[in-house]
Amino acid sequence: MERSPVNINRRSLLALPGLVASAALLAACGDDDKPETTGPVKLRFLSLAWQKESLAANKQIVDDWNKANPDIQIEYVQGDWNSVHDQLLTSFEGGDAADIIHYESAALGEFAKQGYLADLGSLLPADFKAEISDKVWQTVTVDGKVVGVPFLLESQVVLANKKLLDAAGITVPAANAPWTWDEFAANAKKLTKPGQYGVAWALKSPTNRVMNLALNYDGAFFYEEGGKWTVKVGDAEKAVPQRIHDMIYVDKSGSPEALAFGGTDPLPGFFGGKYAMLPGSIYLRQQMVEQAPKDFEWVTLPALKGTSQNQAANPQTISISADSKGKAQAMKFIANFLNATNLAKLAHGDWLVPTGKAAGAQLVQSTQGKQGWDVAVASADTLVQAPFQRAAGYSEWKSKIATPALQQYFANKISIDQLAKTLEEGGKQVLK
Amino acid sequence: MAGVKTFKRAAQYLTLCLYLVFLGFPLVWLLSISFKEPREMVELHPTLIPKHPTFQNYVTAFTEQDLARSALNSLIVASASAALTVLLALPAAYSLVRFKTRLSTITLGWVLVSQLFPFVLLVIPLFLILREAGLTNTRFGLILVYVTWSLPFALWMLQGFVRGIPRELEEAASVDGASRLQVLRRVVAPLLAPGLVATSLFAFISAWNEFFFALVLLKSPELATLPVTLARFVGVEGIARLGPLAAGSLLATLPSLVFFAVLQKRLAEGSLAGAVKG
Repeated sequence: MERSPVNINRRSLLALPGLVASAALLAACGDDDKPETTGPVKLRFLSLAWQKESLAANKQIVDDWNKANPDIQIEYVQGDWNSVHDQLLTSFEGGDAADIIHYESAALGEFAKQGYLADLGSLLPADFKAEISDKVWQTVTVDGKVVGVPFLLESQVVLANKKLLDAAGITVPAANAPWTWDEFAANAKKLTKPGQYGVAWALKSPTNRVMNLALNYDGAFFYEEGGKWTVKVGDAEKAVPQRIHDMIYVDKSGSPEALAFGGTDPLPGFFGGKYAMLPGSIYLRQQMVEQAPKDFEWVTLPALKGTSQNQAANPQTISISADSKGKAQAMKFIANFLNATNLAKLAHGDWLVPTGKAAGAQLVQSTQGKQGWDVAVASADTLVQAPFQRAAGYSEWKSKIATPALQQYFANKISIDQLAKTLEEGGKQVLK
Repeated sequence: MAGVKTFKRAAQYLTLCLYLVFLGFPLVWLLSISFKEPREMVELHPTLIPKHPTFQNYVTAFTEQDLARSALNSLIVASASAALTVLLALPAAYSLVRFKTRLSTITLGWVLVSQLFPFVLLVIPLFLILREAGLTNTRFGLILVYVTWSLPFALWMLQGFVRGIPRELEEAASVDGASRLQVLRRVVAPLLAPGLVATSLFAFISAWNEFFFALVLLKSPELATLPVTLARFVGVEGIARLGPLAAGSLLATLPSLVFFAVLQKRLAEGSLAGAVKG
């Protein structure tokens, strides 16, 4: 009988435009104009850092800033990734959002279109802007406005058990000489024997991963014509899911049980020698360092190559609330927070890739490229804005259509053509 | 016959034991994880007893996040919410049952209807009201929200208990010369004890576990409640720092268990008392 007011559902929250609109009206009625402050300010910084090292780095940078800048004091508030969207939506509507907001580029568009985020275009220092590639700036540009500073990137790589590679006579590729998908499949086969699979594809939530990796063969899935988005699944889009499928059911080098795994679930099997290679996010390296048995040797293989190594860029970002009274001061803090030295520290703490070129170079130098940092930093060049990131309705298509269809396909219950048809038909229903 | 009876009893105890294991296993596993090193947590063949027990997860949980202060915040908010809910619900429930008017029927209907509104509808309006009243970022504001949230159900629950007390008992006490207050104190209150315990448990646990309002309303880190603080050990895509999270979660369950252990005795006593007198 217990009722607990927890676990607010994001979709249901978003499905209340009437309520939101009236609440916004209410908020607007109670709000005064908020002029920019020139005197001392106290700004709230909502951070999503959660890893031990990253948290420590964030707090240290903020503490140092506060000591050196008595007129711009930053209050550090730790949020969490799983509820930040609802938290932000409520606080934006209520006119009580943090001044400086840590989030990710894919989620900024919705807030930017409602006018909750400041345009940083005129506030950004020129040298700071030049540090980050235009491809990455595109991911935070909404209707011509820069609504966030991208700072940490995530890429998909392959982690491998070095001893098993050596035993099979497989040479580790250099950061600038990645394996093609064919080479990867052939090596996975070599690494497969009774009690050992060449690869574990953890595909509990397959859509984002397939969308990201499909760019290796220019598989866009989403096409815009005359302002309208459609889903098309041709040979380019089929290439990656088909290759993964065939590794599991044709080559039998991919573990079928791993299909039900989430991101870190295959780790016990990987450490136990059951899986020789583990495709996954670049941040999995942290689990290698913290959780791998002491005698376990692992290596980071570069992102796989199709016609290119392209993957989707969805950087973590720092934005400024449109309601903030200290936008210029907030930008001063951000410029310091994300200077090359600090950015290298933050990236190291989160085991992610810094967007800034100088920070990347510092990181490779300070780590000597060990623990996969050479591969990680090099992967930044392959990250581009993907069409699905701009398509309105992607989120609904993903949860209602793509995820169940891909799960069926990877469970070998439907063919690649049936998958293609389902995705396209679903696109027509959702992207009206 | 005796053999069949013994067999039946043994089967009953076995079923009960299995049920207890089913209920208790997650807590035991949580306890086990909380004493494991990171490497041991991802072993291919995990063991229940940690091979190299460590307190490091508890140290991390308490030093990295201010769990003690968060626990105190949760205790203050949950206790105050439970007390206030019962304080408001008790006289309301008694009045609704004993003084039947058209209004009381409408009120009970409204209480039921109010339960149909999803929580999501209330979030933003409540946030705006509290902001206008200057109650965001205060424990009192959060307590008010929890009381508002728990009150309808608590009222509905308590009026069921009041209805279960025969009116004749009160009338008999009045005939024996007891004043209205004495009737309430000496006859009604003891019989209502299980209802009060159940209601306060409901209100306490609802407030103790609640996450989202605490997250949205309390901005200052020093006011954060336990669920909000514990969520900081969980990162992207469900990846969590399992050790500190298990240690913190285990400690977070203790007050609820203690609260329940203390009050459930009263719950049983009250039921028994009611049964005999009824």
